[in-house]
Amino acid sequence: MSESPVAPLRIGGGSAFFNDRLDAALELVEHGRIDVLMVETLAERTLAQLQAGRNGGQPGYFPRLADRLETLLPACHRQGTRLVSNGGGAATQDAAAMAHRVATQAGLRGTVVAAVLGDDVAELVRQADPVLLETGERASRLATPMLSANAYLGAAPIAEACRAGAHVVLTGRVTDSALALGPLLAHFGWTALDDLACGIVAGHLLECGGQATGGYFADPGVKDVPGLDRLGFPIAEVAADRSIRISKPPGTGGRIDRHVITEQLLYEVHDPARYITPDVVLDLTDVTLQQEGPEQIRLTGMRGHPAPDTLKVLIGVAAGQHVEVEISYAGLGARGRAELAADIIQRRLARNRLRDVPIRYDLMGVNALALPGRDVQSLPEVRLRVAARCPDLAAAELLVTEVESLYVNGPAGGGGVRFSIRAAVRTLTTFLPAADVSTRIDYLEVR
Amino acid sequence: MTMTPLRALAHSRTGDKGDSQTLSVIAYDESDYPLLRAAITAEAVARHFADIVRGPVTRYELPRLFTLHFVLEAALAGGVNDSLALDTHGKSRSSLLLDMMIDVPEDGRTRHQTGGEHV
Repeated sequence: MSESPVAPLRIGGGSAFFNDRLDAALELVEHGRIDVLMVETLAERTLAQLQAGRNGGQPGYFPRLADRLETLLPACHRQGTRLVSNGGGAATQDAAAMAHRVATQAGLRGTVVAAVLGDDVAELVRQADPVLLETGERASRLATPMLSANAYLGAAPIAEACRAGAHVVLTGRVTDSALALGPLLAHFGWTALDDLACGIVAGHLLECGGQATGGYFADPGVKDVPGLDRLGFPIAEVAADRSIRISKPPGTGGRIDRHVITEQLLYEVHDPARYITPDVVLDLTDVTLQQEGPEQIRLTGMRGHPAPDTLKVLIGVAAGQHVEVEISYAGLGARGRAELAADIIQRRLARNRLRDVPIRYDLMGVNALALPGRDVQSLPEVRLRVAARCPDLAAAELLVTEVESLYVNGPAGGGGVRFSIRAAVRTLTTFLPAADVSTRIDYLEVR
Repeated sequence: MTMTPLRALAHSRTGDKGDSQTLSVIAYDESDYPLLRAAITAEAVARHFADIVRGPVTRYELPRLFTLHFVLEAALAGGVNDSLALDTHGKSRSSLLLDMMIDVPEDGRTRHQTGGEHV
């Protein structure tokens, strides 16, 4: 008796960062016929920032996650869509409790929320005291206290939560692609390396949401993308034969072709033959793309090699105050006046406590983005930007004062001073034996 | 041969990880891949970004995707963590790479339009 082949699994890429378009995610659930909604929220520094916020009495996950779940969970419940997200941030248990509250208040009886725990390895780092990639020294030698230490977990605990029937799976730090691979492992029972590689590619294409459907691609008149104001988020239909079809909800804006998909396939990849994840080392060199329709492309040829026996760990440390102040000059000679303003600031800072602070001057509209030393035509307006990394808030405020006082003491016609000061976080990298990092899953059911 | 901006033949996306940067160069026309492979060497990219990239440049070839892929080390003034630059991620660098001028044979083919008011 032969088993009928397992049906493909359709996964929607619902978010590329914590503040991404909610309407596009909702459209995926309501009109994308998806089995899984993947909601990616954590950039490299985000967790350290959330942890710092948590230490200061904030929730430890994005406060707006609650609003998002209030919109998405009822729709997912209606459509039978599983939501998988790293939105647990630095407080996955608390986020799961919040998701449980949201589902309870919405009357979504039977909803099971899973919290994948174990990415917080701060205690392990204190004990093992590993060498850091960037400094070449042990973690205990850091000049400033560690804010956070999180291991990139793989797909296994997510798969386990899916197999246990969880409707909402929340994690902290996992590889973005594990958010897709986990449900695929549970669905297909995959174990072969090439299978895992296929799942990683699906996740990698989905983890930046609209970047796989024409977002971050348009160059008017050169490479156009229709309907960017109603860009549809991507759907990966992954089949048992290790192929991926990328499409998007019908009637949405965007573009899916070799050009868009290739840009995203290689996005943030270093060696395309060795993209390292905790689940598999991915080889993209044999991947081929086949256009199947105006808005559908098929990928095959993903290959996998054994994963390393270590997990990458990101350590966040406080790094003083990042301050930016700007002032604008207009009309003929604007550039000269902006340069005079910068010169005044430079001379004054050399005489006060900001003397040794790392500082940068840009003339925006002239050289803030261009290559150094390549002159461009001076423009009718120039905005001086002064950016610095200060040891403390008082020093940052001193720089703001210096630029602000250019209003009355600097060159003629300076206007539009704006500033921002924020606590800066630095992330450092290390590795821990995967076997030393244990994971746990908590389940909460809405009764 | 005629000097043509890279943006007539290819498009690009930037990515970042720590202080390193990735840049894809994807041929509009599949048949231009060999030409790109000959012209856009790791050395050429390193020269183009000589003033801002302090580390080595590595090139990877993906003939099945008609794509060259570059990794630039120590390229982001410390990266998102430490950089004081406006564009800390270096996301706008893909546009700067496409400004690179390359020698293209005059084979009578119309290249991809380049847009912009200067061309």
